[in-house]
Amino acid sequence: MPGDPILVAESLEKVFRVGGALFGRRFNAVSDVSLAVAPGETLSIVGESGSGKTTLARMLVGLDRPDAGIIRFHGRPSAGKSDESNKSEKNGATAFGHTRSRTQRRAIQMVFQDPYASLNPRRTILDIVAEPLDVHGLARGLARRQRVEELLGLVGLGAAVTGRFPHEFSGGQRQRIGIARALAAEPSVLVCDEPVSALDMSVQAQVVNLLIDLQRKLGLAIVFIAHDLAVVRAMSHRVMVMYMGKVVETGTVAEVLDRPRHPYTQALRASVLDLDPEIARAPRRLVVSGEPPNPVDPPAGCSFHPRCPMATDICRQAVPALREGTGDFAVACVNASLKSD
Amino acid sequence: MQEAALSVDRLTVRFRTLRGEVKAVTDVSLSLPRGGVLAVVGESGSGKSVTARAIMGLVTSDNATVSAEGLSLAGRNLLTMTPEERQTLRGSAISLVFQDALSALNPVLTVGSQLAEPFRIHQGLSRRDARDRAVDLLRRVRIPSAERRINDYPHQFSGGMRQRLLIAVGIALNPEVLIADEPTTALDVTVQAQILDLLDELRRDLDMAILLITHDLGVVARLAEDVAVMYAGRIVETAPAERLFARPAHPYTSALFASAPRISAAAALKPIGGSPPDLVAPPQGCAFHPRCSRRSALCVAQRPPLMPTGAGLAVACHHPRNTEDGGRIDAG
Repeated sequence: MPGDPILVAESLEKVFRVGGALFGRRFNAVSDVSLAVAPGETLSIVGESGSGKTTLARMLVGLDRPDAGIIRFHGRPSAGKSDESNKSEKNGATAFGHTRSRTQRRAIQMVFQDPYASLNPRRTILDIVAEPLDVHGLARGLARRQRVEELLGLVGLGAAVTGRFPHEFSGGQRQRIGIARALAAEPSVLVCDEPVSALDMSVQAQVVNLLIDLQRKLGLAIVFIAHDLAVVRAMSHRVMVMYMGKVVETGTVAEVLDRPRHPYTQALRASVLDLDPEIARAPRRLVVSGEPPNPVDPPAGCSFHPRCPMATDICRQAVPALREGTGDFAVACVNASLKSD
Repeated sequence: MQEAALSVDRLTVRFRTLRGEVKAVTDVSLSLPRGGVLAVVGESGSGKSVTARAIMGLVTSDNATVSAEGLSLAGRNLLTMTPEERQTLRGSAISLVFQDALSALNPVLTVGSQLAEPFRIHQGLSRRDARDRAVDLLRRVRIPSAERRINDYPHQFSGGMRQRLLIAVGIALNPEVLIADEPTTALDVTVQAQILDLLDELRRDLDMAILLITHDLGVVARLAEDVAVMYAGRIVETAPAERLFARPAHPYTSALFASAPRISAAAALKPIGGSPPDLVAPPQGCAFHPRCSRRSALCVAQRPPLMPTGAGLAVACHHPRNTEDGGRIDAG
């Protein structure tokens, strides 16, 4: 079992502005999201477009600064809106850079979704993978090359590829290069933003298995951002489901995927197409209509209520709190049972 | 015997490029029964989308060569038609729903004028009549408040609603064949389920055949009656959907199923090693042999032809699995 959490986020919030200063509006991309992930553990964050999962990932690695809440790494604050560290609003990005120490930035690395856009086409694989080594001053000269070759071996690419350029590689190979680059910094946490969704299905499994294998070897804590529940099932220990910036349900894979309690999780689960035609064609138990509402103008109360088949008056009025169940789960729905069956 | 809605015989598409000739599609034969759903499944570079575009007559670039021994749409021979004659069939007898709904719709025209266009061009209806038909169409694809939304522009619709608009354009003139190219790939899962339900319902109501182009095995399981699996520009296996999922014959098909994550069980994934082949210089013999667990010397030396193995079943493999006469082919 995983031990103490290495990365903890408490009540994170991120507000974006759209439009100008005068007529512009604000929307909460992420509101009141807390999570914890331990070494050797994979936490998957699941949601559809606009759920806030990518914004959350960016805050965890330090690419975006939370407007409220705190991120702790090894128990130490890593980023958050605190008075002393954030005197100048305009200077947000820099101010944030200072709040997160170099060690912390090194320890939390990201694997990006698009293996085509995330590798510089004009640099060799050697220089791409070595970038974290250069930035953090970890290795130079021969040691640098040896470390890169070792990393490429770790992700299943030969040392012979160091002199080549990204365009010479397939999508799956590029994703391996992106993973090798993230590992160069010797991170203890890997945040993967949809790392397999752009890949062909025969190659997806290679990358999923590689991540599982690396986690075992290196004891990595992985935060896995995904929309495909079948991939989530294959690789995670815990799952957190987001809808319109909020956590609607969280718990172990078994609790969330086999006994989903939130109507939205149930709908997501029911929408996954089984690979057995007989099951895929059977009438679905729970069908939700419509699509997520405009985040700039969210509905009052529970943000899922306009699509929820079980919505009652209270759902239209009050935002449901995330309540702990008697098993290893929590759910933000007033109608959900908190008993484990 | 009833005539097929669409039949394709030995379709071949080549592209000349600086790197050499790309063998995008080779000897693809398909038969789509009236009112049926045939899925063409494959990964990127398998030739499935080029096949769809060639059938529509949309592969027209100067560096492309399209040839076929037969191509007929509900008994009409498309190969002997002039480009103008084929143009009139597009939309009325066969239409295409694209993957990317935002770029397939004109951003500066209201959806009403885009939906009315086929009625005005193909049927010469007046503006008012065409508009009424457009409102009916919006209702048919279940877009709420159709009367009001007809005056909106594409950007005012959500992703799922835009996909419904494209489907509306596709079915406007009751075509015999609707080609749906990755119709749900860009959509969220809850919305994907709604769109697949809609396609299934429409094809029953309109008795329309669907040629479904997809990489998503779940979409195939949900919608397809028959399946053709493509690899490196060729069909490697055809079978009815239930049969294919239960007993895949080609090692590529079965490896694909084994590599797919499943929602119902947390089994370890079994990836296919290597990468899809380069279509400028595909491997000798069977194009799948470098990645195949069942390969023999024969597979490297000789490309296996697509051989019928039963009713609606065919496989291009020297060592197929799960076939009644697999042993005989194996021995040969």
